[in-house]
Amino acid sequence: MNKKRFGSRLVAAPYYVWAAIFIIVPLFMMIYYTFTDVNGVFTLANIMQLGRFKKAFGLSILYALISTIITFIIAYPLAYFMTKIKISSQRLILLLVVFPMWMNFLIRTYSWITILANTGIINTFLGKLGLGPLQLINTPGAVILGMVYDFLPYMVLPIYTVLSKIDKSMLEAADDLGCNSLQKLRRVIFPLSLPGVASGITMVFVPSVSTFYITQKLGGNKTMFVGDAIEYLFNLGPDFYNVASAISLVLMVLILLCMAVMNRFSEGDEEGVII
Amino acid sequence: MLKNNIVELKNISVSFDSEKVLDNLSLEIQDKEFITLLGPSGCGKTTTLRIIAGFVEPDQGDVLFEGKKINGIPAYKRQVNTIFQRYALFPHLNVYENIAFGLRIKKLKENEISLKVKEMLELVNLTGLEKRRVDTLSGGQQQRVAIARAIANHPKVLLLDEPLAALDLKLRKDMQTELKKIQQKLGITFIFVTHDQEEALAISDKVVVMDSGKIQQVGTPQDIYNEPKNAFVADFIGESNILDGIMLDDYLAEFSGAKFKCLDKGFEKNESVDIVVRPEDVDIVEPEKGMLQGVVTSIKFLGVHYEIIVDIGGFKWMIQTTDGQNVGDKVGLFIEPDAIHVMKKSEYSGKYGDYSSYSEEIEHLSDIIEEDEN
Repeated sequence: MNKKRFGSRLVAAPYYVWAAIFIIVPLFMMIYYTFTDVNGVFTLANIMQLGRFKKAFGLSILYALISTIITFIIAYPLAYFMTKIKISSQRLILLLVVFPMWMNFLIRTYSWITILANTGIINTFLGKLGLGPLQLINTPGAVILGMVYDFLPYMVLPIYTVLSKIDKSMLEAADDLGCNSLQKLRRVIFPLSLPGVASGITMVFVPSVSTFYITQKLGGNKTMFVGDAIEYLFNLGPDFYNVASAISLVLMVLILLCMAVMNRFSEGDEEGVII
Repeated sequence: MLKNNIVELKNISVSFDSEKVLDNLSLEIQDKEFITLLGPSGCGKTTTLRIIAGFVEPDQGDVLFEGKKINGIPAYKRQVNTIFQRYALFPHLNVYENIAFGLRIKKLKENEISLKVKEMLELVNLTGLEKRRVDTLSGGQQQRVAIARAIANHPKVLLLDEPLAALDLKLRKDMQTELKKIQQKLGITFIFVTHDQEEALAISDKVVVMDSGKIQQVGTPQDIYNEPKNAFVADFIGESNILDGIMLDDYLAEFSGAKFKCLDKGFEKNESVDIVVRPEDVDIVEPEKGMLQGVVTSIKFLGVHYEIIVDIGGFKWMIQTTDGQNVGDKVGLFIEPDAIHVMKKSEYSGKYGDYSSYSEEIEHLSDIIEEDEN
């Protein structure tokens, strides 16, 4: 018994070490910087001055919300459609959905620049048709597009996983009790897929709200998002670590709150969705 | 009596992946009867049920409901409801909402729904559990919710797909009685699928014995047990000694090297037949008084009676008797004319032999495997 416990501890040890070095320690460093000034003296000043970043927080949350909603609108029908076709086709579409994730995130974002730029693919094509160049890059639309494109797989996968696990007899029971296709979707399939929807939303919203790369490259640095603010401050040097940490901490608390709300949605369904 | 068929299947054939599941099956089901489709797994009984429910479309043949063809009508438009093998309750809804599900689809008013659900909960003895989540209920309670959910919609026909298979033996017996009661109270047709022959005999008005996609026999439980049509039915329902025999003349059969008076007639002279003798219909007597003589090779005490195996000329008979015997005893067998049942030869003749390899454990094991397959 004792031996076994020792054995399982030994197996788990690397994970504890990993968690300690890369999660716990940075977390405490962040908290430390948030509540101290440049000289390491306790202060709330960093938190107090976050009002200056109100707009960045607001924009980030707004953009993340919009892109999460759009991602959901694209992903749910896709995942639903996937469960309706034969297994080999499901695998193919799944592969296509995951495929972009094999490429570097930065390269994917860069490729959008070449598509959307004023001298990019779309505008060159439009020019040939005699249509004026459209301002595509450096617009809010481009930022949303980037977020949706980059994070779509994180929405599709959990929803698809949950949908494909729904017991077929549930659907037959719904048929049996008089549901047409729409009623079946609304009253049985959608409620049963909520855990997948919740984890999809979390997995898209969290990176969207904190991204800085997409906003910089596709948004043209015209507006500052939370991610940009953090990056900017850190780049200014150690003197600004404290404020940057404060922003990060507040952002993290906001995200945790959002996840808590999402978890309430999927509450009761013990099957967690992990990808 | 005027025939009042609520469901009729005409020449139904179904194949899955070129494997024939139902082979030209025809069946009439009368209104308000409790009919059971009985057979081993893979015999097509569940497929038959699913055709009536609308989950499977037959490749050939017609499905009639109250005399009207309903081929192609989707499941949700049919006036039947199903109780699924694993209940298929909605885990995101509580007991009340599960039962109310069909009523909400029908857009009933809230107070009507509430009355109906209350009535259903009383019927299945679950009053007070309205707010419970279905996954916190025991198997028996889930079963009751499934029944309530199905019959709340007032179906004309209730389809039950091995609904008791997941319950333990005692609960299963209780539920059998209860289902029968509910069926009589509601006065609707129950079509029940099971592979458990005891269950089928206990609750049905009519039993349909199926094997390899075909109906082997339709009849009352008594008919099926006392007058099996072929060796398959005789073997599947209860215990039987099935012997090769010759019908010498009307009322005279020959088997095991002796001649016996019987009550069967209408066979050709000297026609080869299968003879069924039920283990409980054989009397053990002194060897010299017996019509057949043999040696006891094994004895099992089962409480109510002993189950003994007697070797007669190499054929092992199973006999149920209340008198104890010893292994090695020479005994005589006495068989009354009404204990002998004569059947025409069929494709099943010779497939079901004697009890030489009989073992309760093996039968038990195969039962468990069968349930797992489902």
